Amino acid sequence: MKTITLEMDGKKIKAKEGMTLLEAARKLGIEIPTLCYHEQVVPYGGCRICSVEIIRDGRSRVVAACVSPVEEGLIVKTDSPRVIKIRRMLIEFMLAVAPRTKVIEDLAAQYGVEGTRFEAEANLCILCGLCMRYCAEVKKANAIGFAGRGISRQIVFLPEIAAKTCMSCRECFPICPTAKIPRETDGVCFLDLTVDDFLSRQGK
Amino acid sequence: MARIKSPSDLVKLRRKILGKRDPNKPCITICSGTGCQAYASEKVVAAFVDEIKRQGLEKEVDIRRTGCHGFCEKGPLTVIYPEEICYLQVEPKDVPEIVSQTVVENKIIDRLIYTDPLTNERIIHESEIPFYKNQSRLIFGNNRRIDPRSIEDYIALGGYSAVAKALFEMTPEQIIETVKRSGLRGRGGAGFPTGLKWEFCRNAPGDSKYVIINCDEGDPGAYMDRSLFEGNPHSVLEGALIGAYAIGAREGYIYVRQEYPIAVENVAIAIEQAKNYGLLGADILGSGFDFDIYMHRGGGAFVSGEETALIAALEGRVGEPRQRPPYPATSGLWDKPTNINNVETWANVPFIINNGAEWYSALGTEKSKGTKIFSLVGKVNNTGLIEVPMGITLREIVYNIGGGIRGGKKFKAVQTGGPSGGCIPESLIDLPIDFEKLTEVGSMMGSGGMIVMDEDTCMVDVARYFLSFLSEESCGKCTPCREGLKHMLAVLNRIIEGNGREGDIELLEELSEVIADASLCALGGTAPNPVLTTLKYFRDEYEAHIKERRCPAKSCKPLVTYYIQPDKCQACLICLRNCPVDAIYGDKGLVHWIDQEKCIKCGICLDVCPPRFNAVVKLSGEPVPAPVPEKKVMRKKVGR
Repeated sequence: MKTITLEMDGKKIKAKEGMTLLEAARKLGIEIPTLCYHEQVVPYGGCRICSVEIIRDGRSRVVAACVSPVEEGLIVKTDSPRVIKIRRMLIEFMLAVAPRTKVIEDLAAQYGVEGTRFEAEANLCILCGLCMRYCAEVKKANAIGFAGRGISRQIVFLPEIAAKTCMSCRECFPICPTAKIPRETDGVCFLDLTVDDFLSRQGK
Repeated sequence: MARIKSPSDLVKLRRKILGKRDPNKPCITICSGTGCQAYASEKVVAAFVDEIKRQGLEKEVDIRRTGCHGFCEKGPLTVIYPEEICYLQVEPKDVPEIVSQTVVENKIIDRLIYTDPLTNERIIHESEIPFYKNQSRLIFGNNRRIDPRSIEDYIALGGYSAVAKALFEMTPEQIIETVKRSGLRGRGGAGFPTGLKWEFCRNAPGDSKYVIINCDEGDPGAYMDRSLFEGNPHSVLEGALIGAYAIGAREGYIYVRQEYPIAVENVAIAIEQAKNYGLLGADILGSGFDFDIYMHRGGGAFVSGEETALIAALEGRVGEPRQRPPYPATSGLWDKPTNINNVETWANVPFIINNGAEWYSALGTEKSKGTKIFSLVGKVNNTGLIEVPMGITLREIVYNIGGGIRGGKKFKAVQTGGPSGGCIPESLIDLPIDFEKLTEVGSMMGSGGMIVMDEDTCMVDVARYFLSFLSEESCGKCTPCREGLKHMLAVLNRIIEGNGREGDIELLEELSEVIADASLCALGGTAPNPVLTTLKYFRDEYEAHIKERRCPAKSCKPLVTYYIQPDKCQACLICLRNCPVDAIYGDKGLVHWIDQEKCIKCGICLDVCPPRFNAVVKLSGEPVPAPVPEKKVMRKKVGR
């Protein structure tokens, strides 16, 4: 495997070809926040909180570190003013959706975000898709999916599958960064639920 | 039909087709594009078939259903050859007269020909109508000359000769070199050099490679790819064949919107016909090159026009973009090297191969070569599809081709580049249109939407409309695009509702910067453009909405009131009777007045007030004068 030399936050570093910027940074001890990232599933690049600035051939752009491969000669800035500005705004977005959740509040404190200027339905789900991807990729159960597009997107449990499989599994509970799933299901088992029961529990 | 086994067979077939055709035989062509079909052109076709039969002229006269001519404003269009007599807005009831007068006796029917609204000049021939005369219809022009469901029509015009040339006289490298030197750039939006894209894909390691025709056109008001694919499908297939050979692909896919039924139908017929002639499939023209193409109907998501989302959709997954790299050229469909070009890009290729790179690059500007098809819509007199050389000015498009602004109103702006494009103000009307110039002023070429706006258009509302489109069409995968657009839309909504706050403009700018910077794909990356360009050129309109609660265009309902001017009202009772909510009071001889509490601002009173009185006005940002009930009408002398 080829070794790649690049610069990260002013330091020349070596990384293995195929590594992501996030992996390279973590190896180096540089902390980049993540929300939709999990070692066991394929990187997704959805939440964008891991945004970093890269300079390639003199041109600068912002990419998500979790899905961007290391490249020879690349200059990476993980905490430039541009990056901080993006993360602060994203935290404001998420504070509106998931207020009073530990992970978002911790991020807000770390980045000095005191509150949000935006209003949104506070349903706790930041649509990182971790539960869905874990369920599909690791458990191969496919009990969770996205419904709707754009601003109407939401996470749904597919009743036919969820009613049969979810409660014996529950592995997505600890993965959910805002702890929405355990909170909303209130620890109630999906097991033995009929489809109708399940839907009424989801408030449908 | 027999398979064509060699280039000389193709030439023979073409001669045979032409040999059977008499160029002087009358031919009635009826536009059967989407626009004309919406005007019931199929009924016109049926009427012609019946009438020709009734008059016993089946042997003497041909009837041809053609692709879209572009002048959709005046459809259904009928052009009678060999004289090229062009009739507009033809209805079935006109048909018997057209056959007996024009086809048989060669007489012109005055009421059906084009009359120039400015000069009153009557124009008989299609190509002399200003709308057409000022265009360069290289790619789109053949639409009107062929029946899209007849491969013979295409071959008669020299169709598939570029494939023959590419396969037998050129190496793949020479083809790529030619396309590179021609300067052709992608017509789908980004304007990436086509030849370079092909070269990346050709050089990418891998045995299986794919080409894709992107017909997921989704911009509001844009329909050029649709009409080109519907009207001349073989030209697009021929381009893709050449590209596939150059890249080393043996399979291709067409991604076409399900909502384009005529395109789906015509392309399916075209594929079938090309297969039967051996122009698709194994050993094309006896060259040893095999190529098959399959059609995939898209589910109607705007974002699926993005390359990586399109590939995801083709593979049967949700149409969501992923981060590039890897680029499709190295890892695309099923992780194989894949080249995606837009319909119009592919249709340019046969012309470049037939005529050479130098011929092509002589058209256009320094960095933008060839022509571009635009869908010219909005407040111009002549709406439709136009094809113009790169470098033409906006003024030429709006006035010479578009015939100026409807109703003598004042030109305000042009929105180009689709929903992620920008608004170009009147002060830049002499801007030459090419990729660079449009980007310089904050807009973009996009796929070629061009919406003309007049003084009655509120630019804040325009920005709000496009933002609302994009927030619905965003896939929702990444936070900045999904959440950011939602909040931008909320800010714009409160501004047009008269609830704008101090600092909202700055907030919009801040949001725009983050969304453009941090979004995953180009949809989010360019989504703030409508807001940014309207802020750049029409900031005063935003300020008027926020600070004065005033809509300068008097278009935003919550900021507008209707008022009847007492000194002009002649108490004709028309508005009073037409008001749907009985909000207008008054009587014969008594000045009418509007109860603002009851008024729903539908604007009917303004529409029905006789122009000679002109008593109803819209007010914005100023107090409505108190009504003067029981006031007697001030009679004025009218119309003498």
